[in-house]
Amino acid sequence: MTAALEFRGVTKRFPGVLANDAVDMTVRAGEIHAVVGENGAGKTTLMSILFGLLPADAGHILVNGEPARFASALDAIRAGLGMVHQAFRLFPTLTVADNVVFREEPTRSGLVDRSESIRQVRNVADRYGLAVDPTEVVENLPVGVLQRVEILKALYRDAQILILDEPTAVLTPQERDKLFEVIRLLRDSGRTILFITHKLGEVMALSDRVTVLRDGRSVAHLVTADTSPEEIARHMTGREVDLDRRAPQHSPGQAVLAVSDLGATGEHGRLAVHEASLEVRSGEIVGIAGVAGNGQSELIEVIAGLRAADSGSVHLNGVDITHAEVSARRSSGMAYVPEDRHGVGTSHRASVWANLLMSHQRGPAFQRRGWFNLRAVRKHARSLISAYDIRTGPIGSPVSTLSGGNLQKVVVAREISHGAPLLIAEQPTRGLDIAAIEFIHSRLIQFRNDGGAVLMVSAELSEILALSTRILVMFEGRIVVELDPSQVTEADVGVYMTGAHQEHPDG
Amino acid sequence: MFDQLFDAALLESVVRAMVPILLAALGGMICERAGVFQIAMEGMMLAGAFAAMAGSYLAVSSGLGIVFGVTAGVLISLMLAFGTVSRQGDPIVLGIALNLMALGLTGFLLPQIFGVRGTFRHERIDGLDRLPIPGLSEIPWIGSVLFDQTILGYLAFLLVPAIWLLLFRTPAGLRLRGVGERPLAAESLGVSPTAYKYGAVIASGVLSGLAGTQLALGNLVLFAEGMSAGRGWVAVVAVMLGRAHPFAVFGASLLFAFAEGLGFRLQGNGLPVQITDALPFLVTLIALIAARKRFARLLDLTTGG
Repeated sequence: MTAALEFRGVTKRFPGVLANDAVDMTVRAGEIHAVVGENGAGKTTLMSILFGLLPADAGHILVNGEPARFASALDAIRAGLGMVHQAFRLFPTLTVADNVVFREEPTRSGLVDRSESIRQVRNVADRYGLAVDPTEVVENLPVGVLQRVEILKALYRDAQILILDEPTAVLTPQERDKLFEVIRLLRDSGRTILFITHKLGEVMALSDRVTVLRDGRSVAHLVTADTSPEEIARHMTGREVDLDRRAPQHSPGQAVLAVSDLGATGEHGRLAVHEASLEVRSGEIVGIAGVAGNGQSELIEVIAGLRAADSGSVHLNGVDITHAEVSARRSSGMAYVPEDRHGVGTSHRASVWANLLMSHQRGPAFQRRGWFNLRAVRKHARSLISAYDIRTGPIGSPVSTLSGGNLQKVVVAREISHGAPLLIAEQPTRGLDIAAIEFIHSRLIQFRNDGGAVLMVSAELSEILALSTRILVMFEGRIVVELDPSQVTEADVGVYMTGAHQEHPDG
Repeated sequence: MFDQLFDAALLESVVRAMVPILLAALGGMICERAGVFQIAMEGMMLAGAFAAMAGSYLAVSSGLGIVFGVTAGVLISLMLAFGTVSRQGDPIVLGIALNLMALGLTGFLLPQIFGVRGTFRHERIDGLDRLPIPGLSEIPWIGSVLFDQTILGYLAFLLVPAIWLLLFRTPAGLRLRGVGERPLAAESLGVSPTAYKYGAVIASGVLSGLAGTQLALGNLVLFAEGMSAGRGWVAVVAVMLGRAHPFAVFGASLLFAFAEGLGFRLQGNGLPVQITDALPFLVTLIALIAARKRFARLLDLTTGG
C-alpha cells in the first residue's frame, strides 16, 4: 500500500527549542492515523510544516510518494490536503455556503453564483451525512455544526487527506460520536485521516494506527489494535501513568457556599441563569457540567461578583454576599480560578511575582510602612514557584512569557495558597497537557482533603467524573439534575447536557 | 422664510457638498470592510486638493489635476498601509499623524511654490467642467441638481451601486469581507489578507484624492489652507453611521451634506458664520451619540481589542 503521507527526519528549530527533532511518520492511504503527544511535544509545529505555514530546517515530507514543500496553505489545499483547525476558521457573518466556497466560488458572468454554491454545498453535505443548512449564517450555529462546516470546506475542495486538530475539544459526547461516524465514513470512502489529539480514549476508539510524539521526537509507532491506553500514555510521558484518577471521596462537612434561586441576565439581555440553587460543603468538590453557553459562566460570574444577580441570594459561610464587592468576597474567603487565565486570571504584562501576589498585596506580611517589603514578596513568590513546580525565568519577567500550564499553576498557586475555604475553579485544566492536568487535579484533591469546598465548572466530562463528589448539570440556565459520579457514565451526563431529559426529570 | 430656505439652489449646494464626502466615505467603507480602521481621509483629501490644484496649474489642465490629486491620495494611503498593515502600527495614531502631516505640508508648500499664504487662485488653474446631460438637465429642480455635475460628481453617484455590486456579489468582494472579518480564516484558504488590505487602503487613497480634486477644481477653483475643513472626519462618521453599507453610507453622506448646505444657506440669511459652520459637526455629534454602540463595536473589530 502506498503511503499518503510520509515524514522523513523533519526537524524544526526555534530559538532555544528543538520543536521537531527528526520526526519520522508514515500515514497509509485510507487509514485513520492518530498523532498523540502532550502540549509542546511538537504536534502543532509538525502540522504547520506540513501545511506550508512554517519551513522545515531539515528533512522532507512526501505526499502520495511525491516530495512536497508547500509555500502556502493554498499549495497544500491543491495537493489534496484539508485541515480542520482546533480554533474554527470561519467567517461569522457569512452564510455556510459562502464560508465553504470562499476563494473557490462558482461564478456566472463574473458574479458569485449563489444558488449554484448552495446547491454544491448541499450535495457534498448530503453525500457524507453532514447535516448543515447552507443558507444559515454561521454565527447563529452551535459549535457541533461549525465543525461540520469546517469539514465541508475541506471536502468541497476535494481533500483526500484530512487533518483534524483536536476536533472533539468543544463537542458533547453525542456530537463526538456523530463526528466519529463521519470520520469512519470518510475513511471508507477512501480518504486518509490524520487525527491529532491527546485524549487516549478517542485514539483507542477511532484510530487504526498511532504515532506518539514526545519532546519533538517520534517515539513510538503503534497499531491501535495491539496496544493499550497505558502503553500510549507511557510513551507520551516517558513514565508510568495512573490513568484511573477517580479520587476517593471523603464525607463532606458544613455548607460553605449556599446559592438559592439565583437569576441573572447574560449578554444582550438574555436570561442566562434561572432559579439556580446549589450548596457546596467543606471537603467536597461539586462539578458543574453543561454544553458551553448554558449559563455556567454567568452563574460563576455572579458568585464571583463579576455579574449582578437579578434575584436570589449567595451566602458564603452564612454571610450574605449577593451584592458584595469582589474584594469583600475574596477577603471573606472566596478564591477563584477563572476560565480565561490570560485575560482574567493574570495580568499578562505584570511580573511573575506580582501575579503570584495579586489581591493579597495589602497583607501585613508584604508591607512595611506602606511600601512593599520586597524581600518578603520575593520569598513568597519563590516558595510558591517551588511548591507548584512552576517553570519560569527570573521572577521579575512578565508572566506572559510562561507556557499555558505554568501560567495556570501561577493562578492556582495564588488562589489556593491563602487558605480561603471556598475555591471556584472554572475550566481548571483546559488546554493543558497530561502532566499539568495531573498536577492541578492533585492540588484540587489536596485542597478538598484539607477541608476546602470546591465548585468546579468543566467542559471535560472525564474531569468532572474523576474529581466531583456530586455533579450538577446545567441546561438553558437551569440546574436540571444532580448526579452521583459513581453511578453514571459520560454518556449519561451527556444526555442531560443536551436537555433530552428535561421533560422527564425521573427518566 | 421657508420658501427662502428651500429651493433648487439649496438642493444644488447640498449635492455639491455631498460629492467629496461621499467619495471619501466610500473609500473609508471599503477599508472598514477589509478590517482596516481608516481615519486618514481628511489628510488624503487635503493633499489631493493641493496636488490637484498644482497639477491643473502646471499644465493648465484639469485632467492632470485629477492625476495629481489621485497620486497624492495614493501616496499617503501607501504610508498608511505600510504602517498599519505591514508593520501593525496603531491605525488611530498613524491616521492622525498623516492628517497633521498633510495639513502642515500643504501649508508649507503653498507659500514655497506659489508665494501666497491662505488662499491661492489663478487663471491657470483649470476647473472641472460641468457636464450637463442634454434633456435630463432641463428637468425643473432635479435637472440642475442631479444632471449638471462634474465628471467626479457623476462618478461618485455611480460608484454607490458599483461598489455594492463589487462587495456583495463578486468573488473579490466576498474575499475582501472575509479578510476584514477573520484574516486567519481567509489566509488558511489561500487568500492573502495583506494584499486585500493594501488594495482597500489604496482604493481609499484614490477616492479621497478624487474627493480633494472635486473640492479644489469642482466645487471651487482655488486652493485654501485646510480647505478639507473636517470633511474627511465627517466621512469617517458616515462610514460608521452607514454601518459600512454602500446605500446607507450614501444616506449618511446626504445627511451631513444637507447640514452643510443648510448652514451655507442660513449664513446667507444673516446667521453668524461661526454658528452655520458648526452645523455639520453638530449633526455629526448627534449621529455619533446615536450610533455610540456601533462605534464601540467598530473599534473592537478593527483594532482587535
